[in-house]
Amino acid sequence: MASGVKPRVKVPKSAAAGDVITIKTLISHPMESGQRKDGDGNIIPRSIINRFTCEFNGELVIDVTLEAAISTNPYFEFESMVPEAGDFKFTWYDDDGSVYEETKAIAIG
Amino acid sequence: MKFKYTHSAAAVLLAIGLASPAMADEEAELVINDEIEIVTKTTAPAHLDGHLDEILSGWRFRSDDTQAMQMDDFDNPAMLGAEAGMELFETAWGSEGKSCADCHTDLESLSHVRPTYPKWNEGAGEVRTMQMQINDCLTGRMGAEAEKYDSNNMLNLEAALSSVARGLPVNVAIDGPAAETWEKGKEIYYTRFGQLELSCANCHEQNYGNMIRADHLSQGQINGFPAYRLKNAKLNGVQGRFKGCVRDTRAETFSPGSPEFIALELYVASRGNGLSIEGPSVRN
Repeated sequence: MASGVKPRVKVPKSAAAGDVITIKTLISHPMESGQRKDGDGNIIPRSIINRFTCEFNGELVIDVTLEAAISTNPYFEFESMVPEAGDFKFTWYDDDGSVYEETKAIAIG
Repeated sequence: MKFKYTHSAAAVLLAIGLASPAMADEEAELVINDEIEIVTKTTAPAHLDGHLDEILSGWRFRSDDTQAMQMDDFDNPAMLGAEAGMELFETAWGSEGKSCADCHTDLESLSHVRPTYPKWNEGAGEVRTMQMQINDCLTGRMGAEAEKYDSNNMLNLEAALSSVARGLPVNVAIDGPAAETWEKGKEIYYTRFGQLELSCANCHEQNYGNMIRADHLSQGQINGFPAYRLKNAKLNGVQGRFKGCVRDTRAETFSPGSPEFIALELYVASRGNGLSIEGPSVRN
């Protein structure tokens, strides 16, 4: 069970219809790879975010599979076209079954 | 490449037709969140006469990408630590049930702390680093256990204290009762250690700007600490960094929290008097 997990998202508050905006996301997470051993030589079990998605008004913008080699606090920056006002919904899926969600509204104007 | 991040600079660049700002690194200026202006280059303090004319923040020696990470709090992974520190500040620790905020109200009221430490403490009769002072509060006022030197909690608190002081000039006192400790730190700075027989000055005063293998040697300024190092993806304390450097000379190192490193921290901090606090920073 990863502790101290906190998602963060940066989306502009408004855009012109049809604009391409830049979205930045970061989730604080240790991303334990499952390759390391503790002081007693036992393998520390893998615990990573394994999938990240972003949807806009229910339509998929990006869907990412994350693997164990991705480092601590995974950061994504990507672009999205904004055809209309609505909500960006971000979802991170943890190995331990936890799902972290964040929603940001964007207005047209 | 740096110019990508400021529109006005990009416009000027186009106007005068400069095509290749490839080596812009050391001339770039640091502005955090488009509002906090950071002094990363200034005249050296008087006590460095004959040693350095100009002091430069380590930020100037980093690559474009690393520099850019520090220009926006969202992109700066060190701010994760600072945010954790801000939460700790509000959290009650220890048997007295008090948080830092119960006495100090808010972090902004402590913005003078990071620029002036390490600092002589009259009551204790010693030079204290921020971590020693925090521990004094923890054990003396809050009834909590002392934190280990450079523990995660300590570094997070340091990062929080540093984040509210960004833009203020480093201004540690080196005269009066702190002078003795400062002299001791200076002696350590110029003493060669280890099998490689290297002093701090050999790299950071005589060879800054040169490459040491694949790394660009800085002046070893500590105005950016605690620093998020990309090599270990966490916050690093000043004295832990000293330890790494001394180890690299193939010497037996002092420990973080030792009198030697406290003196050295005071001396190295004083070499940066005049630069802005920019911690928590991002470094290699």
